[in-house]
Amino acid sequence: MQDFPYVLAEARLWQIVVLSLEVSLSAVALAALVGLPLGAAIAVGRFPGRQALIVVLNALMGLPPVVVGLFVYLMLSRAGPLGALGVLFTPEAMVIAQTILILPIIAALSRQAVEDAWREYEEQLRSLGAHGSRAALTVLWDIRFSLVTAVLAGLGRASAEVGAVMIVGGNIDGVTRVMTTAIALETSKGDLPLALGLGLVLMVIVLALNAAAHLVKEAAQRRYG
Amino acid sequence: MILPLTLAQVSFRDIIEPVSLEIEAGPSTIILGANGAGKSVLMRLMHGLLAPSSGTLSWSRSGRHAMVFQRPVMLRRSALANVVYALKLAHVKEAEKHASEALEEVGLAHVAHRSARVLSGGEQQRLALARAWALHPEVLFLDEPTASLDPTATREIEIIIRAFDAAGTKIVMATHNLGQAKRLGDEVIYLHQGRVVERAPVDRFFSQPKTAEAAAFIKGELPWALS
Repeated sequence: MQDFPYVLAEARLWQIVVLSLEVSLSAVALAALVGLPLGAAIAVGRFPGRQALIVVLNALMGLPPVVVGLFVYLMLSRAGPLGALGVLFTPEAMVIAQTILILPIIAALSRQAVEDAWREYEEQLRSLGAHGSRAALTVLWDIRFSLVTAVLAGLGRASAEVGAVMIVGGNIDGVTRVMTTAIALETSKGDLPLALGLGLVLMVIVLALNAAAHLVKEAAQRRYG
Repeated sequence: MILPLTLAQVSFRDIIEPVSLEIEAGPSTIILGANGAGKSVLMRLMHGLLAPSSGTLSWSRSGRHAMVFQRPVMLRRSALANVVYALKLAHVKEAEKHASEALEEVGLAHVAHRSARVLSGGEQQRLALARAWALHPEVLFLDEPTASLDPTATREIEIIIRAFDAAGTKIVMATHNLGQAKRLGDEVIYLHQGRVVERAPVDRFFSQPKTAEAAAFIKGELPWALS
């Protein structure tokens, strides 16, 4: 066992960091791909049950990771409906679980952002003849820099959760061990320097990603108004 | 020609009382009235942004009409791209070429590649006019297009509107500015509390208003007429 700052030089630590980023960034990309258009469609569309859908979506932002983990576990386990895929206890399963976990966050936050913008745009776009999905995508693209916040909220949730990846990944050393599950394990084993090192790295990465996103947003706002 | 536009007993909630009138081709029409008289709602009914609560609105045939709002909404893209966007929605071929010409028309060619949102209020309104003009509408609705602009920008907008009028576009403009009504209008439709109380050629409306409401409005608004 090495002492705290020296543990940062260990290869196994960086392997864990890289896998964590791969899993969470993949989940964010997938959830954004589905969640942003979904949020925009709900914001702009008028259909029966829309209000109920908004309430459900907002409530799902608080999905407990362990519940998502359990659900995905049941789906992917050998006896489950998707058991044939054989992806349980792989990084793919972790990506699926985190995508489900953060999809409601990205969809709900982008729904709110697009709906606020829609009040300003609606008349003008209708006057120009933009309707339905065309109008929704126009607004989505126009407020793209504000949507960074929605995506970052999803990333924050994905990189911080432990319950879902623990259940569907299994925390297998060298295969599915990510920062949060490693921290939980090392803490219970008493390897506090490694747990502490991982915690530090996790926080620095999240901070760096947020800072980068903020800078991009600021620069874009200066340029595009 | 898509005109005349015929309104038969058109009403909207309690904002517009049933009104029947015809908007003919030719003279530019000013919809005049105080704030809250229903000018904007009447224009939106005509443009099709609002559906009447009762009555019917009919164009003589289908065709293009456009609208410029008091506060134009520009997309976060270049001035040129904003015009191109409108043209593509209208399935106009060679959108870039027509968009450049429209910008030239309103004197904005030099800011074509600047982001539309960082332009001044006056420039944004000229861009809105270019965006509407590029569509070659037969009727152009203008809802108080200069209400939030300074005198210089207002003058520039009025010059452009006059040019559109001269090119044969039917102008239907809402305003509460009497000077502007005189400068740009051929006829006046005067709205008071959701009712059309008077319709007259612009000279006669100002010299011999037939209704007490119109006379009071002209008198009360006189200080602005001088601007």
